[in-house]
Amino acid sequence: MNVLTPQTAAARAAAQSPAEQRRVVGRPAAHDSADKHVSGAALYIDDVAEPRDLLHAYVRLSEHAHARILRLDVAAVAAAPGVAAVLTARDVPGVNDVGPAFPGDPIFADGLVEYAGQSVFAVAADSIARARAAAQRAVIEYEVLPPILDIDAAMQQAAFVLPSQTMRRGDAAAALAAAPLRLRGRHYVGGQEHFYLEGQIAMAIPGEDRDIRVLSSTQHPTEVQHLVGRSLGIPDHAVICETRRMGGGFGGKESQASLIAVIAALLAANTGRPVKLRLDRDDDMKLTGKRHDFRIDWDVGFDAEGRIEGISFELASRCGMSPDLSAAINDRAMFHSDNAYYLPNVSIVSHRCKTNTVSNTAFRGFGGPQGMMGIEAVMDAIARHLRRDPLEVRRRNFYGKRERNVTPYHMTVEDNVIPELVAELARSAGYAARRREVTAFNRSSEWIKRGLALTPVKFGISFTLLRMNQAGALVHVYTDGSVQLNHGGTEMGQGLFIKVAQVVAEEFGLPLDRIKVTATTTEKVPNTSPTAASAGSDMNGKAAQVAARTIRDRIAGVVAAEFAVAASDIVFRDGAVQGGGRSLPFAAAVRRTYEKRVQLSATGYYATPKLHYDTATHQGRPFYYFAYGAAVAEVEVDTLTGEHRLRRVDILHDVGQSLNPAIDLGQIEGGFVQGMGWLTTEELWWDARGSLRTHAPSTYKIPAVGDVPADFRVALWSRGRNRENAVYRSKAVGEPPLMLGIAVFHALRDAVAACGEVAEAAELDAPATPERVLLAIEARRRRAAAAA
Amino acid sequence: MGETIRFLFGDEERSIRSPAPTQTVLEWLRTEARACGTKEGCAEGDCGACTVVLGTPDGEIMRYRAVNACILFLPALDGRQVLTVEHLRAPDGTLHPVQQAMVDHHGAQCGFCTPGFVMSLFALYHAGGGGVGRAAVNEALAGNLCRCTGYRPIVDAAQAACGGVAEDRFAVAAPAIAARLRGLARQDSLAVAHDGQVFLAPRSLGELTAALAAHPAATLLAGGTDVGLWVTKQHRHLATVIALEHVAGLAEIAERDGVLSIGAGATYDDACAALARHWPDFGRLLRRLGSRQIRNRGTIGGNVANASPIGDTPPALIALDATLLLTGAAGSRRIAAEAFFLGYRRTALAPGEVLERIDIPLPRPGERFATYKVSKRFEQDISAVCAAFRLTLAGDQVADIRIAYGGMAATPKRAVAAEQMLVGRPWQRAAIAAAMAALEGEMAPISDMRASAAYRLLVARNLLLRFHLTTQDAAAMLEDVA
Repeated sequence: MNVLTPQTAAARAAAQSPAEQRRVVGRPAAHDSADKHVSGAALYIDDVAEPRDLLHAYVRLSEHAHARILRLDVAAVAAAPGVAAVLTARDVPGVNDVGPAFPGDPIFADGLVEYAGQSVFAVAADSIARARAAAQRAVIEYEVLPPILDIDAAMQQAAFVLPSQTMRRGDAAAALAAAPLRLRGRHYVGGQEHFYLEGQIAMAIPGEDRDIRVLSSTQHPTEVQHLVGRSLGIPDHAVICETRRMGGGFGGKESQASLIAVIAALLAANTGRPVKLRLDRDDDMKLTGKRHDFRIDWDVGFDAEGRIEGISFELASRCGMSPDLSAAINDRAMFHSDNAYYLPNVSIVSHRCKTNTVSNTAFRGFGGPQGMMGIEAVMDAIARHLRRDPLEVRRRNFYGKRERNVTPYHMTVEDNVIPELVAELARSAGYAARRREVTAFNRSSEWIKRGLALTPVKFGISFTLLRMNQAGALVHVYTDGSVQLNHGGTEMGQGLFIKVAQVVAEEFGLPLDRIKVTATTTEKVPNTSPTAASAGSDMNGKAAQVAARTIRDRIAGVVAAEFAVAASDIVFRDGAVQGGGRSLPFAAAVRRTYEKRVQLSATGYYATPKLHYDTATHQGRPFYYFAYGAAVAEVEVDTLTGEHRLRRVDILHDVGQSLNPAIDLGQIEGGFVQGMGWLTTEELWWDARGSLRTHAPSTYKIPAVGDVPADFRVALWSRGRNRENAVYRSKAVGEPPLMLGIAVFHALRDAVAACGEVAEAAELDAPATPERVLLAIEARRRRAAAAA
Repeated sequence: MGETIRFLFGDEERSIRSPAPTQTVLEWLRTEARACGTKEGCAEGDCGACTVVLGTPDGEIMRYRAVNACILFLPALDGRQVLTVEHLRAPDGTLHPVQQAMVDHHGAQCGFCTPGFVMSLFALYHAGGGGVGRAAVNEALAGNLCRCTGYRPIVDAAQAACGGVAEDRFAVAAPAIAARLRGLARQDSLAVAHDGQVFLAPRSLGELTAALAAHPAATLLAGGTDVGLWVTKQHRHLATVIALEHVAGLAEIAERDGVLSIGAGATYDDACAALARHWPDFGRLLRRLGSRQIRNRGTIGGNVANASPIGDTPPALIALDATLLLTGAAGSRRIAAEAFFLGYRRTALAPGEVLERIDIPLPRPGERFATYKVSKRFEQDISAVCAAFRLTLAGDQVADIRIAYGGMAATPKRAVAAEQMLVGRPWQRAAIAAAMAALEGEMAPISDMRASAAYRLLVARNLLLRFHLTTQDAAAMLEDVA
């Protein structure tokens, strides 16, 4: 095994100049809460000491996917033992909607339910058991309406939450008509439940005036603040939202946390008592949105070498009952329909389907993974048609460096490293030799088949909504020399806090233990963007760096005067402020600065440069840069049952110059496994009435420890360096590795293809459950028999 | 009869008079003990965030078993030590070796699942020396879900910290703790009345049948890995609960007169070694049943008596021609396992009767047995289809074959028609094909979230083929890559 340990990664990072100068940035520091995590001392919202008079809330969910509410009588609920308040749509003092970008997400259903699991009313009682029991006493009469439950039905009825969009470059139709070879295909890609281990939760505490403080497990405290204010009809300045940490987010707490926080706040304001709302796992999975499932139709024209000449995609996604974040998610699917490949003439149409299912939402990759699934299926289809190794076709279509380097949205790819990264991975993973071994194995093995695949990832970094690309930080230095750091980013396990703390420690030349990262709160840094789009450390790291440098320069000015040197000659290193051969401990320098009446607190602000995008024409530069990676997966499939085992995985991923190789490695491995789960074991299943039946881990299967191969070789790309001026030339790492899991899916397709000699790709949709794999094998065998 | 439970919470003795019979240990920890390190992730024993360790004396040492606190009822603590993540750090602040390994290997990201992993690792740390391979780590941790790390660093932490001889302060204190627990051991039977609920923990079969005669509608509670969910998921009110855990002899595992007897109260974990010795495939099946936490509590008797059509052990027991001993106040009777399942979750148990024992005839020379489980996820998943086969050949001819399936009907079901196509015929593909076809006539699977009816039928057929192929030494099984 050749696993890159964080130590060797650090050694590698440290060997690079000028990184060798650095004391903290680039080191594999442990997560700032590691000690608390392993000892049970880390406080999640449900662990915080409960205030006096706390009430517990319960939300009654709709049993129908689509129905008119003819009668909603909650009198018996209100009269039940222990109940303090019951709220329905008519009891919302402000706006009864928590839609983040567009309206359409009622807090409580108002006469109409549009998915099974929708919030109808909420009750607060002195215990959760009493609140739940009371909620069952409501009288709800429904007039059931016919539901639209899936993409096919929505497309048939032209039911959309938002207008369809088209992105194009060149003339796809003409290129398709002229191409020597042409193929068409349709694929379905399933959705995904976030399955953050900590379910959605909020606790709202009313204060004086009409102020309210909300502890929320959210990736977007500013949005919670705003929506709590709007639902209560009070200004933003009366609402504080605080988030210390989440037990996982993955996009599922970007917009979805708001409803929980708002209901807790409404009940708290109504009763004047603190209220906690914690969804149990089943309610969480029924009530909150998931990754969009997609239907992808494609039509590709290519030459005899497999080079694409023209291509058209028609994407259709299940958005559910409301727009939520579906505009940006589907845009991102369009942005990633090229993945790492140059598409000379391209047209991408995107339909945003309305269904009577939960409103789908952000999930790590945000539409990008689904977009990539389309083009990777095209690569597979071309290769099978030409009877070539799919890797050969993939490489032939990679973006070029100086030509063939313009995306379907007219952005020039300036930082393309995919050819050399893939070459290095193919070499280190022994792809060519293993391809021969797999072929030989399959020739001699009748019932067990193996498959091998290498797939690349190119993922655009930045929010595609321009205004969200800004961040703020607030740094205080106290007179004992300790530093308090706050920024707009939230910690959900991804290691943002430690990375930003490393940046600040580096600026001050301090060890990490002098930097205290405090809970994210709308009181300290206002008007923040969600911690999303992989941009957390890029943006907050830069903002915190600006704040730290402001204070550092002030201290340097004071010390320079004392040392009689230029401020530019002052350095902060090893806990001291040095210059002209003299040195002061940092705390002493701080004390001097205070005594000189110079401010030791500063804000920092950052706006990502170079971005511009026209949402009408779908042209511009929506991304500051791209993150790259690639994975090789080898599987073994049982052709009698469709079960599989993952034999080996090799990953090479570009994180630029890593801020923290241990944290980055964790993101890569965890992202890969999550992506693999999406495409294999994780299946969302609704019954004919539109009720989700996989709403707990007993029925919804995320990867377990044994699904991760013993032979798992993951490396950070040693040549990685961000050509853009991102913080310390690092690259974002939150989302891109998820798409490395596509290699597993294509290895499965490769194994299925080995079950029958036909010049076409395996008919396998995602998730590749044993059932889908077996049915694909059966179909393959029938096709091969018919062809023979 | 006593109404107070006494146990050690860490090294601190606690006693609770009239404990709420169906309050979960997790709820007690978080709301009454105010020990919030232990988390709720699913409330159904599937994610492991609530994992705590139960200690029982075993001579001078302590046996530590990881369990799911979210579906463990409070009275189960009686006479035991319960350890949570808060107990592991030494008084001087030093982390326990498994905690330190998790820090060193970056095994926590969001941290929410971490206390559960730490406790599973603690149990593994105390599971004895001899190293710990990847398969053993998988087995110990399959019941702990992590959504952040991808598990690799946790596996590394496990292999770094576990597998040696335990030498932490718990090992040092074990004799003293064992002695204290012996001092807490109950001499009478527990009988609790709490807020309209009754909880009885009889200590003999006679007491048990008497209690059941007095409370014919009572819920029988063994490991609680199913009954726990009636409370945490369905929010059912269980008026009277009779616990089987303390009934003397009910957990006995014995071999006599060519029969392996598994007491209905034996946990999966306790029964696994005996079953695996005679039928290695049965052992493999059990290691995939639930998780370590579930197998430490759940019982084979419970798996049979709850009569789920997708229980993992009934097909194997039917194929092995097991006999069930049913006991009531009036005496005992025997019934073939295959005759026990009358309909969807309906059994041949008469009111007042309990399942006392499962008798499995030991394999005769030349007998082959195999059982296969197919599910979406390899570990800790519920079967889409489970199949079991017992074959005896006479030369090339099938002298005897028993075939049974789970997931193919409203009950675990023997495939009589398929068997008939095989008995007396050559053990060759022609007969197998005929038997595969016969399955379609006698099985009636449903489509649900686990699999479609068509897939289930196809797999049921193919598993028979797989069994045949394996008897021909054909490579028809996935390689174990752990």
